[in-house]
Amino acid sequence: MTAATKTKQASRLAAALEHASGDKRFKILEVHMKKHQFRQDALIEVLHKAQELFGYLEDDLLLFISAKLKLPPSRVYGVATFYHFFTLKPQGEHTCVVCMGTACYVKGADKVIEALQENLKIKSGETTADGKVSLLTARCIGACGIAPAVTYDGQVAPKQTAATALEKINQWK
Amino acid sequence: MQLEDLNAIAAKRKAATRKVCLRTCMSAGCMSSQADLIKKNLETEVKAQGMEAEVEVRRVGCMGFCGQGPLVGVDHHQDGHHHEELFEFVKPEDAPAIVRHLKGGECQVQRGDPHHPFFAKQVKIVRANGGLVDPENIEDYIVLGGYQALHQVLTEMKPAEVVEEITKSGLRGRGGAGYPTGLKWGTVAKSAGAKKYVVCNGDEGDPGAFMDRSVLESDPHLVLEGMAIAAYAVGADQGFLYVRAEYPLAISRLQIAIKQAKQLGLLGAGIFETPFNFNVDIRIGAGAFVCGEETALMASVEGKRGTPRPRPPFPAESGLWGCPTLINNVETFANVTAIITKGADWYASFGTEKSKGTKVFALTGKITNNGLIEVPMGIPLRQIVEEMGGGAPGGHQVKAVQTGGPSGGCIPAQHLDTPVDFESLGKLGSIMGSGGMVVMDDTTNMVEIAKFYMEFCMDESCGKCIPCRAGTVQMHHLLEKITKRQATARDLAKLEELCDMVKNTSLCGLGQTAPNPVLSTLRFFREEYERLLQPDPFGPRGNGSPQTQSAGAAH
Repeated sequence: MTAATKTKQASRLAAALEHASGDKRFKILEVHMKKHQFRQDALIEVLHKAQELFGYLEDDLLLFISAKLKLPPSRVYGVATFYHFFTLKPQGEHTCVVCMGTACYVKGADKVIEALQENLKIKSGETTADGKVSLLTARCIGACGIAPAVTYDGQVAPKQTAATALEKINQWK
Repeated sequence: MQLEDLNAIAAKRKAATRKVCLRTCMSAGCMSSQADLIKKNLETEVKAQGMEAEVEVRRVGCMGFCGQGPLVGVDHHQDGHHHEELFEFVKPEDAPAIVRHLKGGECQVQRGDPHHPFFAKQVKIVRANGGLVDPENIEDYIVLGGYQALHQVLTEMKPAEVVEEITKSGLRGRGGAGYPTGLKWGTVAKSAGAKKYVVCNGDEGDPGAFMDRSVLESDPHLVLEGMAIAAYAVGADQGFLYVRAEYPLAISRLQIAIKQAKQLGLLGAGIFETPFNFNVDIRIGAGAFVCGEETALMASVEGKRGTPRPRPPFPAESGLWGCPTLINNVETFANVTAIITKGADWYASFGTEKSKGTKVFALTGKITNNGLIEVPMGIPLRQIVEEMGGGAPGGHQVKAVQTGGPSGGCIPAQHLDTPVDFESLGKLGSIMGSGGMVVMDDTTNMVEIAKFYMEFCMDESCGKCIPCRAGTVQMHHLLEKITKRQATARDLAKLEELCDMVKNTSLCGLGQTAPNPVLSTLRFFREEYERLLQPDPFGPRGNGSPQTQSAGAAH
C-alpha cells in the first residue's frame, strides 16, 4: 500500500470519528460493543444494534464499527452488504413489508405487491420520492397460517388483499 | 439447584392452579390480530367480575390452529375432571362475553371443536406443551416435568449412555436431510478437542414453514434443555442458538427463557451441583437463506459473510473456530427430552421402520384448516390433507402438495396415499424438508410455482460457487421465457440439462437442491410446460431441417 492511500484512509477515518463524537447514538453503540467485549465475531449483533439506532448503515457508521472492532472496513462492508436485513440507504417514514413466502404467494401476495407498486409508483425495495413510504418484500415471516401477511411499521396484519393494503397505505399519505 | 428445589417449584406452581384457565394464544400469528389486547381485556373482566380466585388468564404459545386465530382455550378443572372449550376468531371486544359465560352467561363467539380431526389425529411429542404453558414463565415448564430429564442425565447417565439412548431411539435430524442424530452426537463426542460447541439451527428459511418459530415461541425451555443434554453427551460447554431476525418474538422469549434458567442455576456453571457447565448465547441471523446450511451458519455465528465451505472436514470434526461442533435443528433438540424421560423404545414405537417418531408440519396454502400439526411418521399424506386439513376450500380440488420448500418438490394428487417419511418422499423426487407443506389447488399454475422458487434460489445464492450463482440465473431466465410463451422445445431441453448440471456440481445444499422444484414439476406436470412452448422455427434440432413440429410434441 502506498503512503498516499494510507494517509487518505487515516483522514477518512478521522472524519468518521469526528462525526461520531458529536452524536449520542454512537456512544450507545459503543456501550453495546463493550457488552460484547469488542469481540470481532459479534459484528452481526453490532450491525443489528447500529441499524436499530440509526435506521440504516451509513459509511461513517461502518467505518466507526470497523475501527472499534479492529476489523478491516472491507470485512464490515462485506458483511453489511451480504445480509438482506441490513440496508445502506435511509428508509422512508413508514415501511410496508409484503411477505412473499410460498403460502402467501399462492394466496395472492403477488397481487398485493402489484397493487402497492402501482399505487406508490415505486418498485419493491424502493422508497417514495417524498420519503414517506418504503416498500419491501420479505422471504417468509413465518406467519403462514394467516397468509397473505403484510407488516406495516412492524405490525403484522393477517389475510391481506390489494384493497386492504391500499387502504392502509392511504392512511399514511 | 437440586432435584428437591425443582420439585418444590413444581409443587408450588401446582398449588396455585385455579379452577379455570383461560389460555390466550400469543404466538406471532395470533398476536397480529391483537391477542395481547384480548388477554388484557380478559384480565380486566375477570377482575371486574371478582373471579380472580378461580380464573387464571394465561399467555400461551401456539395452539396450532393458526388459520382460525386468535384462539382462546378454556380449561375447566373440577373434581379431577378436565373439560376443554375453544373459541375461534376472538376479537378484543369478545373478552367480557367469554368471561361471563363461565358464570353461565350468553356467548356468541364462534366455538371451535377441540376434538376436531385436526387436533384428534395429532401425536404430540415436540409440541406437547405448546399452547399449554406460558413460554415466559419457567415454572410452567417445570410443573410439567421440565428439566427432570437434564437432572436424570447429569446424575444417572454417562455421556456415552446418552448417545446410545438417542441412537437407539432412531431419531433423525429434523432439518430436512434426516441424518441419524445419534451417529452425529457420537462423532462429536469422539472428536478430540478441549473445546466443543453445540449449535441449534433456528434459521428456518424455507418459505411456508414456521414449525421452529412456533416451538421457540411456545416452549423455549424444551429446546434449551435438549441442547444442554446434547452438550453433556458430546462434552461441550458452550451453545449457540441461531435464530432468524424475522422472528423477533421468538428471540425475546428465548432471551427471557435463558435468563430465567440461569437464575435458577439450570444453565451456567455447576448445573444441579455437578461439574457440568453450559452456557447458551443467542445469535441473530440477518436474512440470508443460505445460513441454514451448516457451514454457512457457522461462518455467520463467527460474524462473517454466510458462505458455505466444502465438506469434509465436517463440523463434527472441525466447526466453529476449528473446534468440534454439533449442529442440530430446533425440532431435533426438542425431541431429546422426551426420549430421555420416556425411553428410546417408547419413542421408536412411533413412525415407520426407518423414520421414527413424529414430525411437525406447517400446513398452509390452499387448504381449509391452516396451521401446525404434529403427526407420526408414515401417516399417509391424504390423511393430513383431507381429514386434518379439510381439503381445498371453495370446492376446488387439491392438485399437489409441495414439501421441502425451495429444495423440495411437488407431490401430485394421484400420489396422496404416499406415507410421509424420509424415504417415500425421496422416491417421489421431493424431500421431507424442515416441514413446510404448502397445498396447491387446481387454480395454481405449476410453472409459475417453479419460477417462484427459482427466483428465490437466484436471490439467495451466496455467489461463492459458479454453478449455483450463474446456473440459477440462467434457469430463471429460461423459466421466464417459458411463462412468457417465448420458449421452444430446445429451451426446455436446455433447462433440463442445466438442472442436471447445477444439481451435480454445486458446492452446498442450496445449489444442489435448487433445481428440485423444476425437476419435480416437470416430472408430474410436464404438459403444463409443453402447453406454453412455441414451435421451433429451426426444427427440433436447431439445424434448420424442414421437419415441423407442433407446440405439444416436445419429445
